[in-house]
Amino acid sequence: MSFAPASMPWFAAHEWRLMWRDGIAMMTGGHPTRRVALVVILVIAAALMHLMANAIVAPWVASGVIIDKPTLVLITGTGLLLWTVMLSQSLESVTRAYYSRSDLDLILSSPASSRQLFAVRTGITAVTTLLLACLLASPIVDVLIIHDGAHWLLAYPALAALSAIATALAVLITLGLFRVAGPKRTRLIAQIVAAIVGAGFVIGIQAVAILHFGNMSRFALFSDPEFIGWMPEIDSIVWAPARAALGDVTSLAVTVVLGASLLAGTITLASSSYGRHAIAAAGISAQRQTQQRGRVLFRPRSQKQQLRVKEWKLLARDPWLLSQTLMQVFYLVPPALYLWISYGQTAGTYVVVIPVVVMAVGQLSGGLSWLAISGEDAHDLVVTAPVSPQAVLQAKIEAVATVVLVMLTPIIVLMLFASYELAATTAVFAAISSGSATAIQLWFRVPMRRAMFRRRQVASRVSTIAEALSSIFWAGTAVLVAGDQDWIAVFPGTLAVVTLFVAWSLSPKGKQV
Amino acid sequence: MSDPSHALVIEGLTKSFDRPVVKDLHLSVKGGEFYALLGPNGAGKTTILRMVAGLLQPEAGTISVFGVDTRKDPLAAKSIVAWVSDEPMVYDRLTPYEYLEFVAGLWRIDARQAQQRATELIEWLGLAPHARQRCGGFSKGMLQKVALAGALVHDPRLIILDEPLTGLDAGSARQVKQVLLDKVKQGVTVIMTTHILEVAERMAERIGVINHGRLVAEGTLAELRARVGRETTLEEIFLDLVAQKEMDTDPAVAAVA
Repeated sequence: MSFAPASMPWFAAHEWRLMWRDGIAMMTGGHPTRRVALVVILVIAAALMHLMANAIVAPWVASGVIIDKPTLVLITGTGLLLWTVMLSQSLESVTRAYYSRSDLDLILSSPASSRQLFAVRTGITAVTTLLLACLLASPIVDVLIIHDGAHWLLAYPALAALSAIATALAVLITLGLFRVAGPKRTRLIAQIVAAIVGAGFVIGIQAVAILHFGNMSRFALFSDPEFIGWMPEIDSIVWAPARAALGDVTSLAVTVVLGASLLAGTITLASSSYGRHAIAAAGISAQRQTQQRGRVLFRPRSQKQQLRVKEWKLLARDPWLLSQTLMQVFYLVPPALYLWISYGQTAGTYVVVIPVVVMAVGQLSGGLSWLAISGEDAHDLVVTAPVSPQAVLQAKIEAVATVVLVMLTPIIVLMLFASYELAATTAVFAAISSGSATAIQLWFRVPMRRAMFRRRQVASRVSTIAEALSSIFWAGTAVLVAGDQDWIAVFPGTLAVVTLFVAWSLSPKGKQV
Repeated sequence: MSDPSHALVIEGLTKSFDRPVVKDLHLSVKGGEFYALLGPNGAGKTTILRMVAGLLQPEAGTISVFGVDTRKDPLAAKSIVAWVSDEPMVYDRLTPYEYLEFVAGLWRIDARQAQQRATELIEWLGLAPHARQRCGGFSKGMLQKVALAGALVHDPRLIILDEPLTGLDAGSARQVKQVLLDKVKQGVTVIMTTHILEVAERMAERIGVINHGRLVAEGTLAELRARVGRETTLEEIFLDLVAQKEMDTDPAVAAVA
């Protein structure tokens, strides 16, 4: 690095190098030879996403994009959905900037300025948030550029401004929490806020759609004339980001200046207290949490019971688990609400609920299985105990299955009121999706510290992709079976099985826990 | 050989990673003995002990613990062995009591008996004031004591420790050493690797020196002194033995010598 040591560019180059190497390791699972395969997969995935975007956007563009209030409401509403995900991501990254130790102890104990480090880390949070937004929005924007013109290119700088606003707000929320709740509770509350923000807005829109329009579409609200009527007039500054995305340079300038100044102001405000708050956060890990007083009583339990109870205790006490699973649990709320509202209606409407449940259960099982199977902090202890590896795995899988069952049961019970058949279909495919995700985690198990949960993809990108694909394919199969389309259901079902087979064949087989 | 009077018998043990790490090792430790395994960094000590504990599979050779073949009947072998690594295997979010309850459950110790032992161990190791606190904020010394309590709660016949004193303060190190000596007095066999040669000199009845995956010398301190031919410290003996081995294996060094 040719920059002056401990300067902002020097920190930025250092952080960027670490991020780049982490990113490559995450994408390739630590195998550099997989880079070519990775590029091929990314190209195929991008092509598929663009095709899907084309199917959604092309009919809308074909009827002509007129800059009127309904269009601005639709674009702003869609952008707001994306922005809440960006805010959620920023909030988690900013919290980590305060709480994750790794090299922070080294830097804070050095004579280097913590202000500069904070400015760099906040800037990088804004960039990574923008990358996430681009990943999600680029298929639609690109299709719009192709069908409607190059003026849609301005959507990208508008996204950059939105990511700056999201990051600035995340920093302000974190600082506010430090003031109000103190360093001990900030991490937990920030995770809950991140999950609520990330899923809450989507769920809220869905809830309104379910209650008001009787369907699960988030976009039903944005195209409702009554709702559009309540919105500000067409010349309001509220529509500046939407106008910017539509190609209005003045609106873009307003949005970019607002985003940049908000981020710069927040960094200036927060950087002076960063070192102090980070040190206060470091003190949390050194604090000892005392359990309940009273007589210690060891309960007679079998080996498997001990393993299961241990897993449940660790899951219940995991400080990062909440942010990783809460969103998946939140996504079960709209289907539950939909079921509640649709009680007594024809069973056909329930078909909408099934894929959401099947997918959410698959994702939840994958995360929990990783924690139980790979995230074993006392790996040596468990391996040297007189318990067979099969019994250990069985107990851990049972622990995860119990948690998933507890989450799933209320939904299935609600479904039973409407249709035994649909409830059974959902239960069966949720179980298959859960089992598939667990099996993938089992095949790719690599002993790691539980604290590495967020970075579990480092162990294998293949397992992460396979887990997501199998959940999606099982969800598709379930909905087709529920809709009596058994022959068509064979297609996604086969894809799910193929996904599992490919994952299994790529996994490091025969590894012992 | 399947000799129940011997705590550990290793024959022809071989293991390679990217290079051979343990080569045709033969080693035996008597029941109730305090045995120290010494060697320079990368000599293969930890690999040997991890194979004994069942954490690694040997490529060749046999390991028997009190006559039980660790490959043929791993669960029976594990039930009488305790492994303590240099990195304490403790859950951050369990209290020492909860940890000991878990370990006792894995070794199928009766709950009432385990509770009594855990209480005694927690008192004995000076952990009582912290027994209901989660281990997350504990110092290295306290974590090592919790791990040691976990190793002792199931009353093993053989305790294997890999660098148990690394990072401990003088008080904690003394406490751990005393616990081990008390266990040996009670008839338990202790095998320990250490780089603190003074500890091996004072505590171990027999010492084995490993270099390049082979046992280059073994015996009591007096026997090792006799081997190098002078009355000296274990440190001098160790350095002599390791240097001799380097000369034997490296033709360039031998030529210079």
